[in-house]
Amino acid sequence: MPANETVQGLGLEEYKYGFITDEGKPVFKSEPGLSEAIVRQISMHKDEPEWMLEFRLKALEIYYSKPMPNWGGDLSRLNDTLDEIYYYLRPQDHMERSWDDVPQEIKDTFEKLGIPEAERKVLAGVGAQYESEMVYHSLKKEWEDKGIIFESIEDGLRKYPELFREHFSTIVPPGDNKFAALNSAVWSGGSFVYIPKGVKVNTPLQAYFRVNAEKMGQFERTLIIVDEGAEAQYIEGCTAPVYTTDSFHSGVIEIVVKPNARFRYVTIQNWSSNMYNLVTQRAMVHEHATMEWLDGNLGSKLTMKYPSCYLVGEGAHGEILSIAYAGDGQHQDTGGKVVHAAPHTTSQILSKSISKGTGRSTYRGLCKIYDGAEGAKSNVECDALLLNETSRTDTFPYIEIEEQTASVGHEASVSKIGAEQLFYLMSRGLSEVEAAAMIVRGFIEPIAKQLPLEYAVELNRLIELEMEGSVG
Amino acid sequence: MSEPLLKISNLHAEVAEDGTEILKGVDLEVNAGEMHAVMGPNGSGKSTLAKVLSGHPGYEVTQGEVLYRGENLLELEVDERAREGIFLAFQYPVDIPGVSIANFMRTAVQSRSPDEEVDIFDFQEALVERMQLLEMDPSFAARSVNDGFSGGEKKRNEILQMAMLEPALAIMDETDSGLDIDALKIVSSGVNKLKTERPDMAVLLITHYQRILNYIQPDRVHVMVAGRIVRSGGPEVAAELEEKGYETWRTEPVPV
Repeated sequence: MPANETVQGLGLEEYKYGFITDEGKPVFKSEPGLSEAIVRQISMHKDEPEWMLEFRLKALEIYYSKPMPNWGGDLSRLNDTLDEIYYYLRPQDHMERSWDDVPQEIKDTFEKLGIPEAERKVLAGVGAQYESEMVYHSLKKEWEDKGIIFESIEDGLRKYPELFREHFSTIVPPGDNKFAALNSAVWSGGSFVYIPKGVKVNTPLQAYFRVNAEKMGQFERTLIIVDEGAEAQYIEGCTAPVYTTDSFHSGVIEIVVKPNARFRYVTIQNWSSNMYNLVTQRAMVHEHATMEWLDGNLGSKLTMKYPSCYLVGEGAHGEILSIAYAGDGQHQDTGGKVVHAAPHTTSQILSKSISKGTGRSTYRGLCKIYDGAEGAKSNVECDALLLNETSRTDTFPYIEIEEQTASVGHEASVSKIGAEQLFYLMSRGLSEVEAAAMIVRGFIEPIAKQLPLEYAVELNRLIELEMEGSVG
Repeated sequence: MSEPLLKISNLHAEVAEDGTEILKGVDLEVNAGEMHAVMGPNGSGKSTLAKVLSGHPGYEVTQGEVLYRGENLLELEVDERAREGIFLAFQYPVDIPGVSIANFMRTAVQSRSPDEEVDIFDFQEALVERMQLLEMDPSFAARSVNDGFSGGEKKRNEILQMAMLEPALAIMDETDSGLDIDALKIVSSGVNKLKTERPDMAVLLITHYQRILNYIQPDRVHVMVAGRIVRSGGPEVAAELEEKGYETWRTEPVPV
């Protein structure tokens, strides 16, 4: 595909010049900060139906009315950030950033991780072309033939308005929390996925494939509908560090898993360490359906994210596997929520966190079992590994049981890399760095083994890199 | 061969944390291919000797010298000593959850040859073969290192590692403790086979009881009491000990 066609196809022209000047579309300048005018502009620019504009405006009101959360991480400086960021179109120089501007540590990490040249540029936000676009196109045809829908969220609304409207915001309503309200007002970019009844998809759907300049957007909105008996997996993100000057990311992911269907959503985020990452992820799980969240939080300054499974049909099953890595100056406030609202539902949360240097990892989880959820079973295990004297971990498990016949288990552990373990491994010839890395890999193994192979490999390499920093 | 593989001279060592002296002037020489047994009562310092030789950070050498292949061993780090061919079979092997034996072994074997990639098929074959030698089920290789292992399984896993890493000097720290007679036979048989395969391998067998020496024939036997070697001789020393016990050596003047 010739270069200029590719660039046009990506819609990057909008960013090069600030926006598209089409007939009927007024020209405007982007400014920092949020206002009703900006929300209207977003909706108009996307050519949205009236109901969506109303939805956005209503959400904006809710956002203004809600206070900042007084729990979780330190959000004290977030207000300033929120006044400064661009909520939609970014200024020209941001997108025209050159490879030279990318910080050396990021370039070094790409080098060490063996990230291919083309991918590095995309991750650094400078590239326009991406080789896997070819892969995407052939897969797309295969999926289309099966009736699978995998579009950008904007195209989802445009092409499948009824299906979209049926489910949109029914799982995460704008009033759910302040940042869901914000996202509902200014959402842009994300995926719309529909898997038809009984269809089983073998290849994971990757967010990467949506070669869309807004894929690294701040306010992604994703809606996934898995119809009865269908099976699929979706992967968002990558383990490689993503360099961005964005300082705030607030996504909303809504998933419906219909009866007897199975779905797994994998996120590995490694945002740069200046980012606030506040995300609402929730799945509604129906009769005998299964939902698995695999959540990897490696980057960002502060992440607050609690993937949730609302088990609303009899026999539904939900799992949340979470890995968090908090390095110097980072705070990962993560975990999950399981809500049992039907009989014989089962759930499992497994959280593994590593704190290094002054890093802080917090497990925050909810297990709620409603009256009538007969025979519900839930098990939570959260394990923390502290690598240095200054590292910190906290656990806040919330358990609310209203059903007599339910059974709930909870285990927590905190450990550090034992001197004896290190000695044992080193006495077999492993260097201190190799030994520490091996112990850490062993710690996260129960979750890492669920990751697609390339991710597991990259994760292992990342750990080795981090260990080098801590012992070397 | 003019110089001994291992030459320990007047070695004094204390517990790093509180300065308690454990080794009070140990002298010992081991040549390549020799099987030495070091026997002693509890608290004699024999396990400490093993740990000091492998470089355990919990102990500090205050006096004396250890030469390995003529070079100062005490200058080397734990992993450097291992790569030089020293292996320690632990008395209490450590758990490494989430790391399979196969993975662990492959990494250890790879660290011995940093310039050349270990061929995975050759490695698998060797691992399975060594496991069979030690009557270990090959499915064991997928289990997490020592995690949930019985005492006997842990000790056999130590010998498996020894078999895979092919050390020049193998130090076996009370390998026989906690083993029933069947496990003891399997472990001993494994060690003997390794010794036959690699006649140059030297072994320092540390033990409390004479029993293992019925299965593994030592060339030299040393008795260690109160931080020093008080008697050295041939296999007959073991028989002597069996008869007289350790008490004799507590009062007798310095050795041989």
